[in-house]
Amino acid sequence: MRSHNHTQKHSAGWTGLLAGGLLPFAMVAAQPAAPPDAAPSGEGEWTMAAGNHASTRFSPLAQITADNVSKLQPAFTFSTGVVRGHEAAPLVVGGTMYIVGPYPNVLFALDLTQPGAPLKWKFEPKPDAGSQGVACCDQVNRGAAYADGRVFFNTLDNQTIAVDAASGTELWRAKLGDIRAGETMTMAPLVVKGKVLVGNSGGEFGVRGWLTALDAATGKTAWRAWSTGPDSDVLIGLQFKPFYAQDRGKDLGASSWPPGAWKIGGGNVWGWISYDPGLDLIYYGTGNPGPWNPEQRPGDNRWTAGIFARRPDTGEAVWFYQFSPHDLHDYDGVNENILIDAEVGGKARKVLVHPDRNGHVYVMDRASGEVLSAQPFVKVTTSSGVDLKTGRLRYDPTKEPKVGKTIRGICPASPGAKDWQPSAYSPRTRLVYIPHQNLCQDSQSSQVSYIAGTPYVGTEARMYGGPGGHRGRFTAWDPVAGKARWSKEENFPVWSGALATAGDVVFYGTMDGWFKALDAHTGAVRWEFKTDSGIIGQPVSYRGPDGKQYVAVLSGVGAWAGAVVSGDLDARDGTAALGFANAMKDLPTATRKGGKLYVFKLPD
Amino acid sequence: MPMARAQAQGGAGMPAVLRVCAEPDNLPYSREDQSGFENRIARLLADDLGLPLQYAWLPDRRGFVRKTLGANACDVIIGVPAGDERLLTTRPYYRSTYVFVQHDTGATSARALRSFDDARLPALRIGVQLVGNDLAATPPGHALARHDAVRHVVGFTVAGEAPPAQRMVDAVARGELDAAVVWGPQAGYFASRATPPLRITPAAAPADPDLPFAFSIAMGVRKGDRVMKARLDDFIVRRGADIDRILDDHAVPRMPLAQPEQP
Repeated sequence: MRSHNHTQKHSAGWTGLLAGGLLPFAMVAAQPAAPPDAAPSGEGEWTMAAGNHASTRFSPLAQITADNVSKLQPAFTFSTGVVRGHEAAPLVVGGTMYIVGPYPNVLFALDLTQPGAPLKWKFEPKPDAGSQGVACCDQVNRGAAYADGRVFFNTLDNQTIAVDAASGTELWRAKLGDIRAGETMTMAPLVVKGKVLVGNSGGEFGVRGWLTALDAATGKTAWRAWSTGPDSDVLIGLQFKPFYAQDRGKDLGASSWPPGAWKIGGGNVWGWISYDPGLDLIYYGTGNPGPWNPEQRPGDNRWTAGIFARRPDTGEAVWFYQFSPHDLHDYDGVNENILIDAEVGGKARKVLVHPDRNGHVYVMDRASGEVLSAQPFVKVTTSSGVDLKTGRLRYDPTKEPKVGKTIRGICPASPGAKDWQPSAYSPRTRLVYIPHQNLCQDSQSSQVSYIAGTPYVGTEARMYGGPGGHRGRFTAWDPVAGKARWSKEENFPVWSGALATAGDVVFYGTMDGWFKALDAHTGAVRWEFKTDSGIIGQPVSYRGPDGKQYVAVLSGVGAWAGAVVSGDLDARDGTAALGFANAMKDLPTATRKGGKLYVFKLPD
Repeated sequence: MPMARAQAQGGAGMPAVLRVCAEPDNLPYSREDQSGFENRIARLLADDLGLPLQYAWLPDRRGFVRKTLGANACDVIIGVPAGDERLLTTRPYYRSTYVFVQHDTGATSARALRSFDDARLPALRIGVQLVGNDLAATPPGHALARHDAVRHVVGFTVAGEAPPAQRMVDAVARGELDAAVVWGPQAGYFASRATPPLRITPAAAPADPDLPFAFSIAMGVRKGDRVMKARLDDFIVRRGADIDRILDDHAVPRMPLAQPEQP
């Protein structure tokens, strides 16, 4: 299939580039920006949220450098007309840019060949308005995916839609879930070998997590892998060889729960998917167990808060690892998995790098699922690291939140050391650039609440800035050394994605609206630009039809962290947005809501 | 969507219309045909104040208070837990508790479940409502977990074809559950309609003082709306007997309202 070829060619280019990462740094840096075997037409495009199947968010374009980035200026802007949180990555294919917004999930196509990039067409999927009241954490969408002339995206009301990239006409739509059950879809699809991979959200309502593969041509379901339940549902069979003993055994997705609790056990797949064409494995994380309180669900609660490696053709599981067994803190395991080649302990390894909500950067052998290292990148009090022999996280039981007890200094807070916001990796600096939080929380019970006609007393969280008081950081992490090379403090949580470029510049945005360019080696700020709203989107870079390098990002504050602005929450109520509002009281005075695309370039 | 954005102001800060927000399909509390007991209390209130009654209907989902009172779609919510920090609450007008719902047949009054210390609990199939926030549970959910009753507990999610309380009570009636622990007003209503008839017994609060099982229910107004709160407080004192009659009609199990209190 053509889509297959397209994506394969793309991946081949990346594999070549990443292999370069094994060379001594000076040699890598001396190489031309694009490896010789990179697909020349595709290298300036951005066809999926993470830029490539390895999820590096690295652009091989090098016109914009740490030396000239200070001259960056706006090229054009585009208002989406939506005020909810804008988390998506713009896509660029040929001379067209594609943007999907938060609910009502309108897909816009902008003509990059014309001055000012006018609207070429827009596609309105008209999702069910009822889905707005269901989504847990604002009504975000994390982006679309392109393959073989089609644009694929999800709607909040659980539809995956394929649109003709040229005309904007609908090709198919697949209804995959039920909003009346609290189910929604917010993640960005990934297209692998002619299949569109998508997953669901809604664990806090008892929605059982799944990843579904749809035929890219027809929208028909090829397979669905559940995150809980018997092996037949989870697609665990003869190929399944987890590295650690606790993950081996029959039907652990059912037996590691009280009987039947897995049926509404969460483990939703609302984050990122990566693909290694060499090993022919996809990688993705599962969400936290829900909606049960931890005391109600004794057991490891598999296969939640962990990572699956699966075959893209059949969905069959090959290995699994659980970052947070029997999760106590809402530490979803859905964060990005960056596939790189690295020398670990003097040995060349194919690894994946995963900065988890529980505060550790995991470096894992992506063929076997072995944890090679797990180092904390923020202050962590809820655990004391990972036992590399057993693979188990060592929890601190004194930090377990319990109704009737006040627990102080829970670090990281429920949104984790980092949430969904994806990191970037530069094969030139061999650093992972992690946008993240610096948040701790206290947990206490007392506040009476009411839901669906039933009063209850919840564990009430109040989040606040961690060590130093600032609430965010942008950290350049050396995954091999297991430590930060440099780290920049930010007042608010850094809820945007990161972008790294071959010009040795890294980009990210802040929740008070600054879009920043840093020297990838030193972290020195080389340029910054204040947008109209806070930035929680994913920056991308592309080569325009004029041959010039552009950088694009959506501005538009919101999501869980920014709901205090986009959802007009009462900032005086520290427990609003599940306690996040307490840490964000000053955000409404720092920025305003409103979705807008910003595209930047160097002066002519 | 809520109608009536216009704030109909009467004299002295009092509105010329009683604007009430309610869930359109949430019996026994409220329903669009105004058959719920909160609808009847709202009617009593409107007549008492001599004001036309006007509803803004919104499903009771996440952000109900913010999207109703907060969006100025109404001025009063008839039933909220006293002391709910999201709004200003009046003096409470009834107090209820979580109850065990069981089959009447076989379970004589003497054998009915009443306490979480009951040694039979861990072996029984018991339904509880789940909350829909990560890391939160209803009081009976917490209590069952603390009393080693987790193996046979069945959770009922907020979302579904019918209210979770109704689904739980129906499951007890069908014999799929040995018991359910349900909030009193819902238990009273759904159990009285079930066949065969089901027994309700108050669940004694466990020793843990931070796990309340009884809650006082009040009316809610916007934070700062002291004028409306004063009018409602006065109404509750004067018309307490009429409110009680409505609650009796709807089989709401109640406990004595304690002295002036905040739960």
